Amino acid sequence: MKRRRLNAVIGIVLIGALLIVAILGMIWTPYDPLGISFGARLKPPSPAHWLGTDEFGRDVMSRLMKGAATSVRISCFTVAVALTIGTALGIFTGFVRGWTDRVIMAFTNALLAFPGILLALALLTVVGANEYGIILALGIAYTPSVARVVRGTVLSLREKEYIEAARVMGNSELFIMARHILPNCIGPLIVLGTSMFGWVLLAESALSFLGLGVPPPAPTWGNMLASGRPFMVQAVWLGLFPGICISLTLLGINLLGDVLRDRFDPRMRGL
Amino acid sequence: MLRFAFNRIVMALPTLLIVAVSVFVLIRLIPGDPATLMLGDQATPANLADLRARLGLDDSLPVQFGLWFGHVLTGDFGTSITTGQGVLPLILGRFWVSAKIVLTAAALASLVAVPAGMIAAWRQNSWVDLVLVGGATLLLSIPAFWMGLLLLLFFGLKLGWLPVVGYVSFSDDVVKALLYMVLPVMTLFLHEIGVILRMARASTLDVLRLDFITHARAKGLSEMAVLWRHAFKPSFGPTWTLIGLVLGNLLGGIAVVETVFTIPGLGRLLVDSIFARDYPVIQGCLLFIAFIYVLVNLIVDLCYPLFDPRVTAE
Amino acid sequence: MTALVEVDGLTLEVGGTGTVVVNNVSLSLAPGEVLGIVGESGSGKTLLARAVIGLEPPAIRRTAGTIRFEGQDIATLTPKAMRALRGSRIGMVFQEPMTSLNPSMTIGRQLEEGLVLHRAGDAAQRRAAILDMLRRIGIADPEAALVAYPHQFSGGMRQRIMLASVMLLKPALLIADEPTTALDAVVQREVLELMLELTRDHGTAVLMISHDLSMVARYTDRVVVMCRGDLIEQNDTAEILARPQQPYTRQLLNAMPHRSPAREVPEGAPIVAVRGLVVDYPGKQGTKRALHGIDLSVQPREVVAVVGGSGSGKTTLGRAIAGLLKPSAGEILFAGRAIAKSDESWRAYRLNCQMVFQDPYASLDPRMTIGQLIGEALRVVPDLTRAQKAARILEGLDEVGLEKKFADRYPHELSGGQRQRVAIARAVVRRPSFVIADEPVSALDVTVRAQVLALFLELQQRHGFSCLFISHDLGVVEQVADRVVVMQQGRIIEQGDRDQIFDHPQADYTRVLLSAIPALEAVSGGGVQLKWRFDAPPLASS
Repeated sequence: MKRRRLNAVIGIVLIGALLIVAILGMIWTPYDPLGISFGARLKPPSPAHWLGTDEFGRDVMSRLMKGAATSVRISCFTVAVALTIGTALGIFTGFVRGWTDRVIMAFTNALLAFPGILLALALLTVVGANEYGIILALGIAYTPSVARVVRGTVLSLREKEYIEAARVMGNSELFIMARHILPNCIGPLIVLGTSMFGWVLLAESALSFLGLGVPPPAPTWGNMLASGRPFMVQAVWLGLFPGICISLTLLGINLLGDVLRDRFDPRMRGL
Repeated sequence: MLRFAFNRIVMALPTLLIVAVSVFVLIRLIPGDPATLMLGDQATPANLADLRARLGLDDSLPVQFGLWFGHVLTGDFGTSITTGQGVLPLILGRFWVSAKIVLTAAALASLVAVPAGMIAAWRQNSWVDLVLVGGATLLLSIPAFWMGLLLLLFFGLKLGWLPVVGYVSFSDDVVKALLYMVLPVMTLFLHEIGVILRMARASTLDVLRLDFITHARAKGLSEMAVLWRHAFKPSFGPTWTLIGLVLGNLLGGIAVVETVFTIPGLGRLLVDSIFARDYPVIQGCLLFIAFIYVLVNLIVDLCYPLFDPRVTAE
Repeated sequence: MTALVEVDGLTLEVGGTGTVVVNNVSLSLAPGEVLGIVGESGSGKTLLARAVIGLEPPAIRRTAGTIRFEGQDIATLTPKAMRALRGSRIGMVFQEPMTSLNPSMTIGRQLEEGLVLHRAGDAAQRRAAILDMLRRIGIADPEAALVAYPHQFSGGMRQRIMLASVMLLKPALLIADEPTTALDAVVQREVLELMLELTRDHGTAVLMISHDLSMVARYTDRVVVMCRGDLIEQNDTAEILARPQQPYTRQLLNAMPHRSPAREVPEGAPIVAVRGLVVDYPGKQGTKRALHGIDLSVQPREVVAVVGGSGSGKTTLGRAIAGLLKPSAGEILFAGRAIAKSDESWRAYRLNCQMVFQDPYASLDPRMTIGQLIGEALRVVPDLTRAQKAARILEGLDEVGLEKKFADRYPHELSGGQRQRVAIARAVVRRPSFVIADEPVSALDVTVRAQVLALFLELQQRHGFSCLFISHDLGVVEQVADRVVVMQQGRIIEQGDRDQIFDHPQADYTRVLLSAIPALEAVSGGGVQLKWRFDAPPLASS
């Protein structure tokens, strides 16, 4: 379908750009992202500073690149944490059923009763707001979603005829789990992982904007918007570029997620 | 139907209990003496001893939980360290502010997005569909706080049409209160349209390919009648559930919008109290928001049979 | 007398790709006539029918030909005029009872809708007409039904309600698109006879679409045969059956199951026996008993067919014997020894008992290649080197008529018939002594069905395994079984040799089941004559 291909292309281009910028941000930036220069405060975009400077004279573009690196790093680790723990839990409960299943699911549902970033906020009060704290807090906050999806997939797969056929062939339940159920979970997991990458990125930006994320002077797109806020009228670029970065990234993830969803699991559409 | 309602309500109770336990455990995880945490550095020894007795800190944890939960059920959420106010009245006041914005935005977004999503599904792959879906995807990619900043910049500062900072209560001045609400509501509205539209479109597409739709056409009904009379109800269920989730998410995420527009709402209260280490308030907010979320989802569940009578037969 | 419907050189294409789905088809339908359109999947019969009422899917475009209804070319009608025709002059019933009625609307409202739209009387008259019709289709409490929802009724009842909804408007033409395919054999007949009764009363012509030639042959005046969009043959029903002109028609007739010659089954101890088997299901209102103490035995090399309608327990029986269900009581004996889960006897049983499932799409893991799928069955066979395993897999493919290259393909690349062959290969590859086949051909097209069935029988002869063949389709059973067991509601009603059961059934229920399928008699001219047996009156509506 033409539109799907267009979406996929745009999505891949955007995400690709993000990853390139992020990787660059880790090894090289035009200026030192933390380099204060009072002479160059609040300069508009120019050939020297392509995206302008902020209230401390720091180059906005370098900070955006560093911020990309930070955000991508945090998101990747968080998604890895949530996917690992969540999948393990989901497969375990989907497989074992019975009381263990019910207890774990009750707990998971209760954690899901904390909407959005609330759980992350709660955990941050305990853990403290820094990069590792955020990874831990967001990772734990998103684990229940993964567990629920994986469990649902396992439960629906268990009843499929090809699983029954495998049983009749004399295979052990463990073998069936490893050979049949796990590989068929990969599709939904890819879709979920992609979406989650976007949610985590957004959550991290929001937390940073609130001042509960990565503490300054380390730049993330969220805290750049927060610190640039008082100067927004004079220096519109401070309020514009970080937001554009977040939006384009999320757009790319959403488009990519749509395409993956259509390919792997039409039931998850619209989420 | 009654049995269905009863079942759902009963199913919600363990969740609420575990939520309470989680919040309790969470706060207890913070290093330090709970009584000192709750009263702050300025507390007198007498107050500390008093609180220790009330919280039963010398007893076992389950007993402590029991005492604490008992207080919660009677409405005693403790007192704020920073302002000395009762936590529950404080929360309720702020909740009222947040709720107005959240509910208005969600209602408006649903009223616009649901019909739009259905029309997009009906005219699938036409330019109308592409524009609507493209617009929805774009809108939901823009973070709420940036959207708020942009709106504030444009309408508030550049054009000067709307006030940018603060909040006026309806009891003081209705017109002004409305004006202050416009930007925050518009921010949330624009953000949520995207999500709701896509869900409405997807579930309408699912329904449109079912036999009874062709059957309705075969009766001679016009396309409009088929869409609204036949497709709407069965397809609305998943969207309705999503709206419940959206409401809940807004409750959690409204902190950012309140920060942008400096509105004294519940989200801002939570964030401020985290900075101020005002643990009674943190605890109270967490508990309150989670409870409301469970309640909202319960109401959404209970309304589900209106759209799909099959669920009561489970 | 002018024809009611006249289709002239109709050609339909998939817009954009140019694939022709209906190719230059011409036919006509007289008022009050019953015309059957027979074809397999992909024949274009459904699209043709939809074109008559103007409800083709948006992707389909008409590139040639005209359709005239009551003398008017429907292509010249405005959308509004076409809508006025739909419902009041042309009605349509569909296949799936589960999705044919709006689940969120009461029955009363759905029935009333057409009447309101085409302005037939005031509210009181409408209500009276609806109640009357509900009573006619066999609903005991019409007033209660008005405010009930579709999910509160069974599949057969829902089809009847759909019929009622369409016939209330007394259309001149009824298009029935596979109206009973998803229903039980017994219920099928009831619904069809109701449909014909109602249409006869009002002089409504019927366009009946089906893949089931015997059903179409029974109820129609004329038949049209379609294949891949082409109109193969068109004639009076009796003529088509007795003197089929075209090879494809002959193929369809031959694919109809016929009685194979009776076989000699060796005497001896049964290979698999079941004693007093009881299976309970936890239900919403307490436990439901699915099997009430079943006694059954299967001789070596014998094919025992288990037949019954939905809810008879035949599938449960199959799954219990396969070890997929835990019975609440009773025992299963393999080669004379009772098998217990923890025993060596269980392993021996597992090695020797295999199963073929109904759904060719769901019984193969989509992520494994065909070779891997068949190979999985060999995993538990002791003492097989990798080379030997690979050889066995290729041998297995060859046996079911699939070339070597299929070993590296994935299930989604194969057709339904090919997938079922793979399922059979997988079941047979380790030379089991006992195979349970749960509706193995029900999901397949008629001609493919005949091929797969022949293959299955050939393999059974060659390798000599016994088989428990579960089916709701007595026609298929007539072709494969040595012995027949009839079940209803978890109990065995009757059992005996195939010829015995088919020619001299004892139980009423067996008679009703048998009355739904024809006995084929070869006639000079290359065709067949269908004889309907035991024309028992339909059972009282459930």
